[in-house]
Amino acid sequence: MANAMIPLVEPHLTHRAPPAHGADVLSARIRKRILGAEPAFVLDIDLALAPGFTIVFGPSGAGKTTLLDSIAGLQRPDMGRIAIGGTIFFDSERGVQMPVEQRGVGYVLQDLALFPHMTAEKNVAYALAGLSRQERLQRTAAMLESFRIAHLSARKPGEISGGERQRVALARSLVPGPRVLLLDEPLAGLDAGTKSKIVDDLRAWNGEHRIPIVYVTHHRDEVFALGERVIVLENGRMVAQGTPHEVMTAPRQEMVAQLVGFENIFEAVVRVAEEHRGTMTCRIADSQVELETPLVRAEIGSHLRIGIRAGDILLATVEPYGLSARNVIPGRVVSLEQRDIMVSARVDCGVEMEVQLTLAARDALQLQPGTEVWLIVKTYSCHLMAR
Amino acid sequence: MDWQSFWLTIQLAVLVTLILMIVGLPLAYWIAYSRWRWKFLVESLVAMPIVLPPTVLGFYVLLALGSRSPLGRAWQAMTGHTLAFTFAGLVIGSILYSLPFAVQPLAASFSQVDSRLMAASATLGASRLRTFFRVVLPLSGSGLLTGVALSFAHTMGEFGVVLMVGGNIPRVTRTVSIEIYDQVQAFNYAGANQTALVLLAFSFWSLCLVYGVNRKPWAWPWR
Repeated sequence: MANAMIPLVEPHLTHRAPPAHGADVLSARIRKRILGAEPAFVLDIDLALAPGFTIVFGPSGAGKTTLLDSIAGLQRPDMGRIAIGGTIFFDSERGVQMPVEQRGVGYVLQDLALFPHMTAEKNVAYALAGLSRQERLQRTAAMLESFRIAHLSARKPGEISGGERQRVALARSLVPGPRVLLLDEPLAGLDAGTKSKIVDDLRAWNGEHRIPIVYVTHHRDEVFALGERVIVLENGRMVAQGTPHEVMTAPRQEMVAQLVGFENIFEAVVRVAEEHRGTMTCRIADSQVELETPLVRAEIGSHLRIGIRAGDILLATVEPYGLSARNVIPGRVVSLEQRDIMVSARVDCGVEMEVQLTLAARDALQLQPGTEVWLIVKTYSCHLMAR
Repeated sequence: MDWQSFWLTIQLAVLVTLILMIVGLPLAYWIAYSRWRWKFLVESLVAMPIVLPPTVLGFYVLLALGSRSPLGRAWQAMTGHTLAFTFAGLVIGSILYSLPFAVQPLAASFSQVDSRLMAASATLGASRLRTFFRVVLPLSGSGLLTGVALSFAHTMGEFGVVLMVGGNIPRVTRTVSIEIYDQVQAFNYAGANQTALVLLAFSFWSLCLVYGVNRKPWAWPWR
């Protein structure tokens, strides 16, 4: 399900996302003041979501749930327009607000909201009340089969496991054949094996029923597992957009960096730019440490931010020679902290950097606080960000 | 022990409870879900009979049912006599008297139903009515039971309103609590004791039955 139709967009986003082609695109232009958040902010987005998976990635409080609620009709935007195909759910200019019950939007809420007094089968059949008994039974049975929960049909939600509840909630939302599917962190709290099975079943279903699926999460691995398109939401605004690889591995804004786990983020000043070599040298602010980084369009003396992942830094206890890496910096180990099967080392080389090592590496190098080391960082491990 | 007064009281309590469930459900629904800013006025009105002296309530009901009020006159025109001092008048007075005991438990249990369940129901295409009957009501079972139990028991023990409105007419408006009062006035303590004990036992066992049956409310084991 490759999709490179939506290009990577630069950070200062207030313009519309380019429309995707194909049947039944969900367009959502929403502006809503979110109260209760501290400080109050405004959800201000303009999206065009084509059939298939779109991941909405962002920290808690970024407005993701408000976005989903607005599409479903549980909350009403202050301004904007939400429509799919020719059906208008909401239009502030024309005063249209379609009631929730009529929208045909499948919504798997964060806490699932399964009806506790009904069996799994009754839960799944809930939306099919208007059909004949036979058809209802048929469709329910087929859906239970395809999500592999047929054996649980007589059990109540309180009697089944977390992963099974997720499947029931999914089946329940999909059985009436919705136009759009909204998923609010649906795989939270499940182990990797359960997650990937559910994801596979969902993909398979989406292959046969081409509708937009909006998947909200703040987990990085889910973005890669599912993503065709990713939208990053921060403080109510879309700050990045593209394929998972584009957005997650080469972020252009620091807020995205903090989300995707750059342990080292430094302010830096551009010192030298070598255009013919495609590199430039930056000095980390308030220090004498200089790093060679990829070349970006920036003037000498301008300020940038550099992000380096702890896992991208190597350590050596002997001064290395003949390396391809362009940054070799002497330093001293300040502290070592074991986290599960990895070690997080803090090394002072003029600035303090966090380095990730395996237990085996720590033991082989006999690292301790005070050990003299060399830090090795490749040019392309230094990610540059606008301020 | 006058079993007729006992039987009369039961009839009164059953009828009043039935009517209160029919009238109280929509009222409780409105109280639970309305966001009208003046809702507190309605809530206060509904709660009045809890704090108002029964004789005060009884007095005003008597006036409202009597031959000088529009309601009383209309009734008189239809039936030839006033509502006061009749069983029907007792029913009306008791409905007002026991109203909060029906409405409040209902409203409380409605508002305790998780709103996300109702949201899920709506996204699955259910109308508000359907959501109410298939989701809210089944999950409010304990509230309903409490409302029924309290209305019933409360009406069984009514005195002040019954005295004012009913007039203590044997077999028509002489409830058990009035009878106890009469027996005490006549120094028939033995008789009063007998009647009172019967009422006490009956009330207690009715409640025990209800709360005993209601011992297992819906649990949320995964929360």
